[in-house]
Amino acid sequence: MATIELQQVEKRFGDFQAVKPMNLTIHDGEFVVLLGPSGCGKTTTLRMISGLESVTTGDIYLDGRQVTWLHPSDRDIAFVFQFFALYPHMTAGQNIAFPLQAEGASRDQVRQRVDEVVRLLRIDHLLEMRPNKLSGGDKQRVALARALVRRPAAFLMDEPLGALDAEFRESMRAEIKKLHLDQHATTVYVTHDQVEAMAMGDRIVIMSNAEIQQVGTPAEVYYDPTNLFVARFVGSPGMNLVSGRLAGDRVRLPAGNALPLPADQAGALADGLGRDADVVVGFRPESAAINEDGALQGTVYASEHHGAYTMLHVSLNEHDLVHIRSSRLGRYAIDAPVRFDLEPAMIRFFDPQSEKAVQGNAHP
Amino acid sequence: MSNIALERITKRFGDVTALDNVSFAVDDGEFFVLLGPTGAGKTTTLRIIAGLEAQDAGTVSFDGQSLANVTPADRDVAFVFQQYSLYPTMTVYDNLAFPLRSPLRRLNESEIQARVHEAAEKLLITHLMDRKTANLSGGEMQRVSIGRAIVRHPRVFLMDEPLSNLDAKLRESLRVELQHLQKSAHSTTLFVTHDQIEALTMADRIGVLDEGRLVQVGTPDDIYDRPANTFVARLVGTPRINLLAAEPANGAIQIRDSQLKLPIPDRPLPPAFQVGVRPEDIAISPGGAFAGDVVLTEPLGVETIVHIGAGGATLLSLVPGMVPVHPGDAVRFDVAPDRLHLFDPSGSRL
Repeated sequence: MATIELQQVEKRFGDFQAVKPMNLTIHDGEFVVLLGPSGCGKTTTLRMISGLESVTTGDIYLDGRQVTWLHPSDRDIAFVFQFFALYPHMTAGQNIAFPLQAEGASRDQVRQRVDEVVRLLRIDHLLEMRPNKLSGGDKQRVALARALVRRPAAFLMDEPLGALDAEFRESMRAEIKKLHLDQHATTVYVTHDQVEAMAMGDRIVIMSNAEIQQVGTPAEVYYDPTNLFVARFVGSPGMNLVSGRLAGDRVRLPAGNALPLPADQAGALADGLGRDADVVVGFRPESAAINEDGALQGTVYASEHHGAYTMLHVSLNEHDLVHIRSSRLGRYAIDAPVRFDLEPAMIRFFDPQSEKAVQGNAHP
Repeated sequence: MSNIALERITKRFGDVTALDNVSFAVDDGEFFVLLGPTGAGKTTTLRIIAGLEAQDAGTVSFDGQSLANVTPADRDVAFVFQQYSLYPTMTVYDNLAFPLRSPLRRLNESEIQARVHEAAEKLLITHLMDRKTANLSGGEMQRVSIGRAIVRHPRVFLMDEPLSNLDAKLRESLRVELQHLQKSAHSTTLFVTHDQIEALTMADRIGVLDEGRLVQVGTPDDIYDRPANTFVARLVGTPRINLLAAEPANGAIQIRDSQLKLPIPDRPLPPAFQVGVRPEDIAISPGGAFAGDVVLTEPLGVETIVHIGAGGATLLSLVPGMVPVHPGDAVRFDVAPDRLHLFDPSGSRL
């Protein structure tokens, strides 16, 4: 299979910089997700890898081979689009066989390869059907089979599940990941859905404003976001972020709250930010716990039943709302006062000026 | 505000029965959510209550009074749609004031101004008052739409998937605000959605519609913990409930086509049935009663979905945090015996 390397790859459309010069190495057999909001440059990056879009500057290597200016069809890469893109006048089987026939493969080769992928995706029973008779999920399976049949060096997928309803998306997500575990084909997958990115990626490349914000495993981007954008974007809801001020061995927070700090952490923070500096305190909803004697306090703004758990939304004041994940048995009336604590090892700190994570973060 | 009662409502479009003998009541001040997939009859129900559609049989009443001879304009309902339907060339202020300037209301400008500002403050849009609505973001436009419903002080709010066009983060935050607003004002609200998370998180009670039939009405706890049938069981909860064909065998529940046996509950069982287990009720632990292999893991941050192959079946388990198990690992797990859901072959809860 293949390694994909981007060196100082940049894309401009006239005056508009769609992708700022970026470096990225995708290892052989890796499943890498490009994640970000619409307009962040993720799809443009994918299209440059495929050759559907030319680069403005920089180089792209496939297995060490310079492919920057090669035609898409000469790159040995298969593209799976968001839409199903099947030929409506052909059966599912003909659709799957088409890329091999177009390459001039022999009849035996075609039959053997089609049999293989059809077994893999369990779609034998669909081969004689035309696309308009297939369900959304089956169409996507046929589209995947057609991409797989060529045994390309790498797969590029652009929001392939975007058009499916929630239920199908969940099961197709698992199927694509299982397929990847079987085949270990190098895969670059674009999505704006952080749940999909976390669930599927070996590593996630988070993009915003035409540049990479962080590259890391799901655990790294979730527990240790490098900046406020990543902290907000990953997680549902995102990380709680509360502005405060460093004051000796504590951080002053809104509405008279104060967060006590372990001595070594306070020292490290003061070294990084300076004494009496502004700081943003970050914590995940599950790292806070309701506790009668808790150090922090607020009032219940809303309480949401999620089946398996309850999400409590607590206002510190008019502007600061924090989300606390609690057991499903907790019941809280609106405007009821509550106290809570934070798990010290799970608190993260950010510099409000640079928006970057600062030293002083303890690691679990 | 008012309560809403629907009694034996039936509505046909040609050969299609859109609503089949539907009865339910929304209490004064209640947040009631109608949940169901596309085509279940949710929007038709709202349109009948608003008087935009006439039912073939049955009655709709507010506060015990039938609406049979009440025109849509006189029903005093406020409708919020998925599409924002604002006047693009008017300012936010004028959009909010518009329903109050109707000659029928005979409100003076100072009263209108007071109501508009009250609604704008609740919805955090006071800074947008002079902007044209064409220049607003999707979330801001939906806030204005909701504001335009609030200023009217209607008898009931009817909301048709108002959050569906917004992106995930915006939907989350507006969902919380809408719930706070409704709970603070105790407004009677009938909210329609296909999104089970919106239903569970916002509703006092949920009514589940399936192809024009109301299959269950209950609190979010009722719907989640005691689904009336397999349709409801699969509709709520992510990831979806594990649903397996089973039969009783030697004092245990034998999962069909597998070697997996579950503890049998203390009650009579038919010869064939289905057993449902929510993923969070399957716990991976070293001393677990069952053995399996990890097929797949989906780490979501706060929790991890682990697909476990066990005795020929595949079970989804939801485990807190980022668990250090990998495909191919042997694991042991427990199934919470008091959290099993049993359904007869036709899908009804046993």
